[in-house]
Amino acid sequence: MPEPTVVTATGAVVAAGYFQSYSVVGLLAVVGVLFVAVAFGAGRLLRPVVPTPEKLLTYECGVDPVGEGWAHTQVRYYVYAFLYVIFAVDSIFLFPWATVFAAPGYGAATLVEMFIFLGFLAVGLLYAYKKGVLTWT
Amino acid sequence: MNDALDVALRLLVVFVVFLTFPLIVGQTEHKVMAHMQGRLGPMYAGGFHGWAQLVADGVKFAQKEDIVPAGADRRIFQLAPAVALLPYLLVLLAIPIGPGEGAVGQVVDAGIFFVLAVMGVGVLGSLMAGWASANKFSLLGGLRTAAQLLAYELPMLLTAASVAMAAGTVSLPGIVAAFEWWWVPWQLVGAVVFFVAGLAELQRPPFDMPVADSEIIFGAYTEYTGLRFALFLLAEYAGIVVLCGLTTVLFLGGWHGPWGADGLGWVWTLLKAALLAFVVIWLRVTYPRLREDQLQKLSWTLLIPLSLAQIALTGIVKVVIS
Repeated sequence: MPEPTVVTATGAVVAAGYFQSYSVVGLLAVVGVLFVAVAFGAGRLLRPVVPTPEKLLTYECGVDPVGEGWAHTQVRYYVYAFLYVIFAVDSIFLFPWATVFAAPGYGAATLVEMFIFLGFLAVGLLYAYKKGVLTWT
Repeated sequence: MNDALDVALRLLVVFVVFLTFPLIVGQTEHKVMAHMQGRLGPMYAGGFHGWAQLVADGVKFAQKEDIVPAGADRRIFQLAPAVALLPYLLVLLAIPIGPGEGAVGQVVDAGIFFVLAVMGVGVLGSLMAGWASANKFSLLGGLRTAAQLLAYELPMLLTAASVAMAAGTVSLPGIVAAFEWWWVPWQLVGAVVFFVAGLAELQRPPFDMPVADSEIIFGAYTEYTGLRFALFLLAEYAGIVVLCGLTTVLFLGGWHGPWGADGLGWVWTLLKAALLAFVVIWLRVTYPRLREDQLQKLSWTLLIPLSLAQIALTGIVKVVIS
């Protein structure tokens, strides 16, 4: 692995720790994939394979399937999806701020900023509520 | 060489926990549910109070024929259980059970971030299953899963942010290290919201609309058999372990307790997590299933405003005391 180009010694230590912790995560992912592969492979050896056309039919409570499986449906809650994207992106910004807002030198001003931010979120939610987005149509 | 051994040992422990704890929760669910309903539950397998019931189930699942419906999107259909299961394995690595580096699989700096992000991937498995099955019931179940994720991921994120504010760090061991007993009443609303949202994300009753058996058979998992079906079930119980562990670490002070915070801290973590797992089972027996619109309404009109209020409260208290 090429060394990350960092200027200071502490930076190098931080970067090394960073890569080390996530490489362990990667290793565990490899273990997980191996586990699934072994399970599926062993399953292949253990189980019977006797397919019949009836067995491979789509299951619809015992009667023959009507039409295609990938059918049109009305997704009633698609507006929630927009709301979610907006809110989720906003709330991500809370995390970096959360770790420093009470540090010396920040204090009350940062808190007021947070209330403005929360106010925006609350007003957005209230607006959606008033518009009737949050009630079932 | 020592480092490699150390890492291997940690991975092994996490993996063993991942394979055994969900089974223990599952067996407890069998027995607790049964006794709450005036039944005995499994009594035969293994001899003593049916302790080996889930092992027997596993053997049964491994011997069953693996059916992929003719109309299904074969590769996606087969991969979906793995996608649903593996994120919980990765999350377990980051949950600390005791103080110090020795009692956590791996310290991940941005712990909360990592955990929430990876847990979100699990839902992708249900979506893949729902779409690839080419079955109307599966598709509906998949869509409901997606809607539930949209609604309940947000209160989870917000309440986790509230804890990060209280502790001033996003690292999980850092949060538990900063914990004081009065955080419990201070973060109580956040804790309840987090736990409820987590239940909803796991599709546990009373939030099991996506797998509502009386209307859409078994949702996204309708077409699955044998081993792949077992992996989906394992994912659900691994999810319970992860949720209870996370709630313990974030809101209940993890290894802190009246005695033995140094050597026996991990006992406290496990006890608290076990208690929460019992509550999860208890809720399943107690509450009827919420309707789809009630599900959405609960989250958007109650949980999200509550979590915003919790963030405001956390901010004020934190600035006042510092």
